Amino acid sequence: MAELTLLEAVNDALHTELERDADVMVLGEDVGRAGGVFRATAGLLERFGAGRCVDTPLAEAGLLGGAVGLCMAGWRPVVEMQYDAFSYPCLDQLITHVGRYHWRTGGRMEFPLTIRMPYGGGVRAPELHGDSPEAYYVHTPGIKVAIPSTPADAKGLLAAAIRDPDPVVIFEPKLVYRTARGEVPEGDYVVPLGKARIAREGTDVTLIAYGAMVNVCELTAEALDVSCEVIDIRSLRPLDEETILDSVAKTGRVVIVHEAPRTAGFGAELAALIAERAIFDLQGPVLRVTGYDVPYPYWTIEDAYMPSVERVSAAVRSLLG
Amino acid sequence: MYAALADTDLGRVIGDDDGTGDRRVDGVDDAELLALYRSLVLLRTYDERSVVYHSQGRIGTYAIFWNHEAIQAGAVHALRDDDWIFPSYRESAIGLLRGMPPTTILQWWRGHPSGWWNPADWNLGSIAVPIATQVPHAAGLAWGKKLRGEDSCALVFFGDGATSEGAFHEGINLAAVMNAPLVLMCNNNQWAISTPIAAQTRARALADKAVGYGIPGVRVDGLDVLAVHEATRDAVDRARAGGGPTLIEALHYRAAPHGTADDPRAYVDSARVAEERGRECVGRYERYLRRAGLLDDALVAEIKDAALQAMREGITAAEAEAPADPELLFANAYVGPPGNMRNG
Repeated sequence: MAELTLLEAVNDALHTELERDADVMVLGEDVGRAGGVFRATAGLLERFGAGRCVDTPLAEAGLLGGAVGLCMAGWRPVVEMQYDAFSYPCLDQLITHVGRYHWRTGGRMEFPLTIRMPYGGGVRAPELHGDSPEAYYVHTPGIKVAIPSTPADAKGLLAAAIRDPDPVVIFEPKLVYRTARGEVPEGDYVVPLGKARIAREGTDVTLIAYGAMVNVCELTAEALDVSCEVIDIRSLRPLDEETILDSVAKTGRVVIVHEAPRTAGFGAELAALIAERAIFDLQGPVLRVTGYDVPYPYWTIEDAYMPSVERVSAAVRSLLG
Repeated sequence: MYAALADTDLGRVIGDDDGTGDRRVDGVDDAELLALYRSLVLLRTYDERSVVYHSQGRIGTYAIFWNHEAIQAGAVHALRDDDWIFPSYRESAIGLLRGMPPTTILQWWRGHPSGWWNPADWNLGSIAVPIATQVPHAAGLAWGKKLRGEDSCALVFFGDGATSEGAFHEGINLAAVMNAPLVLMCNNNQWAISTPIAAQTRARALADKAVGYGIPGVRVDGLDVLAVHEATRDAVDRARAGGGPTLIEALHYRAAPHGTADDPRAYVDSARVAEERGRECVGRYERYLRRAGLLDDALVAEIKDAALQAMREGITAAEAEAPADPELLFANAYVGPPGNMRNG
């Protein structure tokens, strides 16, 4: 075990997986010589060479479309999108091809590609460096989506994504890239997709979150004189429904937290799941604390946009009357 | 009114109908010349029968490629079997040239799952319906093969309208930067449904776009199967030798509707269409082969009969297949499907 930041854990996973499987390659903008704008890919070029850590032209659709072709040539590409909002051009390829090509081949060809990108707000960055686009991705059939909140999960989920036979998108919470620290197993380490993590056990209310919002929920749980269970869902698709439903059965109260805008955000899907499967367990409405239905704001006022301990606490208190 | 591009600078091998300008392509022997003819006839027959099948309600909406056969056959005949082809929907039947049964392609147009193949079985990408998005796939495949030390290359088909798309730019640029062994075959039929080439670009020639990517661009007569073949062969040779991608513009004029759901009388110049139909590429090549003494009435009839027979058998087999199992909704969406996939 080594204590690493979340960012160092991502880098560790990439080194481990490229070492483990000669078909794995990393490509993206500035991932080679610079080692990535956040240094997530640092050292890969030196260790694995320019054929397996590739600086590409600045073209996200071409990058992801190129990765489709690389899969056909037998590679397992790991594509870095430099920032959340910079990934939008790649949605064309994601929707029209990445999520459909396996199906299109009658299940006979696999597209084991991974897309990873830093996402989320709170880092005092210019416009279009703070978005939470996970709903666009998870709404696309054929795609799996995972979001770690701890260094160990950042390594283990990324390793699972790279080894998975389906296309997987990993969103890395950049707000806690360097502040989330924790023990990370050395060498081979996989956290299976589709297993939620109970970050904190409790009995009165269930707080459901992913990414940087898990920490907000944990801080809320510490600040309140209420027994909060915090569930880090880790994987949006496949989704660990049982862990969520078990917790709701225990607490009867739910607050879902995400940074993305509210309407048609992933919280709506979670709320619908709970309504369909656990409505008789509920002692109050399923509440959401989310970003607002506005463009992600100028950074001088971004704290007013982001779900906070205060906003989550208010939701919890409203449920407990 | 739309003005046609000048065709005086086009690469040509087949001369005029009196034989003026006929030449041979070095290295293409008589057997290969006849093989090209068989491919042209097979594609033409597929296309003409498909329009009939559509009118009879036996296949769905169909993208017509009548008079595009010279581009398709000329290009594919310049490839080895281990080279990859990435078709747009205009080249839906290109698999025929790799030995794919007509049934498979007919089933694609019938919306039946048996029309969907494993690209690795034929070194043939799926039919790309969205415009130009297959260009980056071809670039990635070609680059990926090169990274593996293999010497196969890729050929990607797209139309004139595709050159306006971002995916065309991103794909061709990626191929150029990575020096990928890729041949980019632009089927410039001068129409994107109802949009003429002049509304698509101000470029003098689409092949000129190659200059901006630092790669060679050549322009050939798209109704001259040997000119397309020669240009593709040169591009493949260059790609295999490490010379990177080439953009080929095969110029002609769309002489048939975009598809079975299109009525071009609303926008097209009918006189020009009639003129183009008189220059159609299969008959033109047939006359070239007759002038060369390689083809006579009996052989023409034999080749056309064989193609017709293949289509008759193809549609019969397609119609005899069991209807698709609705379970296929779920069977191939994922390798490892999520548990909630069936919740509807």
